[in-house]
Amino acid sequence: MSFLEVTAFLFDGFKISLLIFAVTLLCGAPLGLPIAFCSMSRFKAVKSISKVIVWIVRGIPLMLQIFIIYYVPGLLFNYQIFGKIDRFMFIEYGISDAGRITAVLIAFTLNYACYFSEIYRGGIESISKGQYEAGYVLGLTKSQIFRKIILKQVVQRIVPPMSNEIITLIKDTALANCIMVCEIIKNAKELAATKAMIWPLFFTGVFYLVFVGILTIVLNKAEKKLSYFRS
Amino acid sequence: MSILNVSNIKKSFGKTEVLKDISFTLEKGDVLSIIGSSGSGKTTLLRCLNFLEIADCGKVIVDDDVIFDGSDKSYLTDEKIRESRLNFGLVFQNFNLFPQYTVLENLTLAPTLLKKGDEASIKQKALELIKKVGLEEKVDFYPCQLSGGQQQRVAIARALALNPKILFFDEPTSALDPELTMEVLNVIKGLKDSGCTMVIVTHEMAFARDVSDKVIFMDGGVIVEQGKPEDVINNPQNERTKHFLNRFKENS
Repeated sequence: MSFLEVTAFLFDGFKISLLIFAVTLLCGAPLGLPIAFCSMSRFKAVKSISKVIVWIVRGIPLMLQIFIIYYVPGLLFNYQIFGKIDRFMFIEYGISDAGRITAVLIAFTLNYACYFSEIYRGGIESISKGQYEAGYVLGLTKSQIFRKIILKQVVQRIVPPMSNEIITLIKDTALANCIMVCEIIKNAKELAATKAMIWPLFFTGVFYLVFVGILTIVLNKAEKKLSYFRS
Repeated sequence: MSILNVSNIKKSFGKTEVLKDISFTLEKGDVLSIIGSSGSGKTTLLRCLNFLEIADCGKVIVDDDVIFDGSDKSYLTDEKIRESRLNFGLVFQNFNLFPQYTVLENLTLAPTLLKKGDEASIKQKALELIKKVGLEEKVDFYPCQLSGGQQQRVAIARALALNPKILFFDEPTSALDPELTMEVLNVIKGLKDSGCTMVIVTHEMAFARDVSDKVIFMDGGVIVEQGKPEDVINNPQNERTKHFLNRFKENS
């Protein structure tokens, strides 16, 4: 195999990595918000449930969570939903790992939503009480205060920790290969096994590096754009 | 009839009784200063009047309208509280400007959200107020670009933007150095001259004496002494008032 062929094959895998990255971000980031609100709820039961979920999800390795999501429906309900999706998509469209990718997307989204929720919670709770009180004495409603006064200050504060998580996320996508999803490292390992080529495995690092480089530039821009005020 | 009539306000936090039966009245156009050592309940009193704390009992009447009655929970719905709060403006010790908004936007935010007129008239009123506190050159600045004194003047203008009947100040100069204190106090003096009714919690005794029509001295959650500033500050009758003011007298 030529260098270009190897690169193309690895890039096919990297597209799956990017898919996991994008879906996790697009679904996990919004999902983190209701979890954060539950963790700050006045109702003790809601707060406790939310905190326990966050504790479990953050307390178990992501790889194990992928296994749990993938295998548990079959073990508990004797219904291997992801295997069925795999088979259906393969027969209909010739895609081999759609079901396993779905399982990975669910695991990643839940996992990252919990991490995001804690970042949101920290951001929201770091805004001084005085900001709320200033809104109250001006006759504003709680929702107006949150949307018009608090939110932007929270966004400014959470950009750096969110950037950190987002950069971690692209590298975490490699965990998908534990259930044989054809992401970039799985493809590289396949080359090692079938063609006795080891260098593509190390070459995958370049893909991550380039992508993280682009992310860093974009996230820094966002941080700069929000730095016009100091809260 | 007084513009503000406060009677028998009590407030406890857990077992600590912070306000023990506070009553006073305020006439329209008058300036009331509340003095007293830290922990005497001055700030809690202001916070109760603005519904940032809910008093345990007592009654607050503004312009013949009851806005709070400790024995009647119907005054405490979110909507009622919001409406009642609009009788008052409150200026905080640490300003609490909204950092992501410019000076002008800080003033127009609440009137716009509360639909207190069309955009042009809200903006014009805000610009007038900004001029009144002498910051017309800072209209488009963000709070972090202003000095503490300037920020506090913006906060005063912001509170005035909703036409409150009474403006409250909670130690408005305690976070400022002497020079910046003067610029804020001058703005407050200017407001007095334009007939604004104000309640000022302050540690600036000379200012309280010069600007007030009435002074209240609080200690341990009760009003120990109240009356004309020349009486309370220059010639206090109560031992505790005398003790508190001794230091001020030595310095002046």
